[in-house]
Amino acid sequence: MNATVSTRGAMWLRLLTGGARPVHDWPSVQAVDAPLAGQAARWIAVVPDTENRFPRARNGEVGLVEGWQLARAVQEIIALDRDAPVKRPIVAVIDVPSQAYGRREEAYGIHQALAGAAGAYAEARLAGHPVIGLIVGLAMSGAFLAHGYQANRLIALDDPGVMVHAMGKASAARVTLRSVEALEKLAASVPPMAYDIKNYASLGLLWRVLRVPDPALPDEQDIALVHATLQAALADILDDRERDLSGRLDGANRQASRRVRELLQTQWEDAN
Amino acid sequence: MTTEIDIEQLLRRDSFIERSARSRAQALLDPGTVRELVGPFDRVSSPWLALQNLVTQSDDGVVVAKGRLDGQPTVVLAIEGAFQGGSMGEVGGAKIAGALELAARDNRRGIPTQAVILFETGGVRLQEANLGLAAIAEIQSAIVDVRRYRPVIGVSAGTVGCYGGMSIAAGLCSYLVLTREARLGLNGPQVIEQEAGIAEFDSRNRALIWGLTGGEQRAATGLADACVADDTAEVRATVARLFAQGVPARHRSERTSEFLAALEQVDTETQAAAAAVRAIYGEKQRQGDPA
Repeated sequence: MNATVSTRGAMWLRLLTGGARPVHDWPSVQAVDAPLAGQAARWIAVVPDTENRFPRARNGEVGLVEGWQLARAVQEIIALDRDAPVKRPIVAVIDVPSQAYGRREEAYGIHQALAGAAGAYAEARLAGHPVIGLIVGLAMSGAFLAHGYQANRLIALDDPGVMVHAMGKASAARVTLRSVEALEKLAASVPPMAYDIKNYASLGLLWRVLRVPDPALPDEQDIALVHATLQAALADILDDRERDLSGRLDGANRQASRRVRELLQTQWEDAN
Repeated sequence: MTTEIDIEQLLRRDSFIERSARSRAQALLDPGTVRELVGPFDRVSSPWLALQNLVTQSDDGVVVAKGRLDGQPTVVLAIEGAFQGGSMGEVGGAKIAGALELAARDNRRGIPTQAVILFETGGVRLQEANLGLAAIAEIQSAIVDVRRYRPVIGVSAGTVGCYGGMSIAAGLCSYLVLTREARLGLNGPQVIEQEAGIAEFDSRNRALIWGLTGGEQRAATGLADACVADDTAEVRATVARLFAQGVPARHRSERTSEFLAALEQVDTETQAAAAAVRAIYGEKQRQGDPA
């Protein structure tokens, strides 16, 4: 296919961690221990591995092995800090084009591998680890659910190369029985269907959108800006008593999500 | 044929699959204890489908039923596969996530509340794309929260099956119950064919689909806990039995080492076959099938 391999995730991980060595010799999941705000933190990215043993996961997709390695990279931090009063932060550097699409993947339960990853991030957050998701490129569908969507705070770079979506355009068109052109036209007027980060921001799911002149070619100033924003996110999480995802419910285009929860709360009490 | 069919039993069978989401939820809970929350009369339907001139439904295809199961406080989240393929939009997703969030809160307040999710879903509703995806992340978060206190049991009976982000949610459940008609997988056959070509996955090959992702195969390979007959009494008895087991020592989604070790054995030169998956993941004992 025409998949282009993105190196943004790997690049941002390297720049933000001062080039520290990954703690495992895994080719497609890099876990790096490097400071954030002067304290130990774990940084994790999924990166392309053109030699991947699983051919459908060679362009940075989250596949079977990647899902479970993400789970491991997070679980080992939870175990390390089990008895520590202060839990170290975890930063997911996000540039994931998709989950891996293939027969092998379905046969061996890729949904379970991605559950391993999503579950580990959620457990870490509930255990008190501040989890921050930094979107530097694509954040697509199941791959994003597995890597980053469980974060306490989400930050995205403001750039045309930064996109969040549930499905690639061609497949979304096929499943909804539309042409790609019709889908694009519709997406322009329905904010949750849009592929760009501006529309996504209107949903209230992002904590900050960051302007960096060229996210594909950041300079020292850009790196300092991202670091400062990550630090601010960390401070914001530590100030917050909640460890859930309720901070995402305030968006202009999430009225129905709030309305449903209000009704549920009232009726739940009545039913008790 | 030497297989004898018990006609009496067959006639008595009360199909779970043929029931609507609402009827399924009622069948699982103790009679007289069921209360539906944010039901059709609250008229919270999808603002996004309406915006696209598509038909809405006054419950957005999700039933939240609170009641008791064998006397224990239980919430059932039932997805209606007949509406928009059981897809998750903003409203339906918020109903499931919000109810689970309240169940977690009740557990923290000393009311041990358990949950059942009836998965009949293709995943994200693409007409509400990013809000569906966000809701699924919130559902996943809430499952992980609740399962620390009481089991969250997933059931997929068919015929829609369980796909997309909701298959990941199913993978987070404490226990998973399927029927032979159910399918469980991340990517739907059509999408794999679109992304990877027909040689990778032929979306019209039903034997291939059920052979690799059907309820029987998933239970045999330990990716589900039970494969039951399409019988309401059997589904209910299995759910009750699993609740009685309590929270598992380790959830399936936490078995990282076992899965990574198993994946090392996968021959990635040849295409996957059902028998190879069974050989590597191990023939699991079918637990407690009454049959």
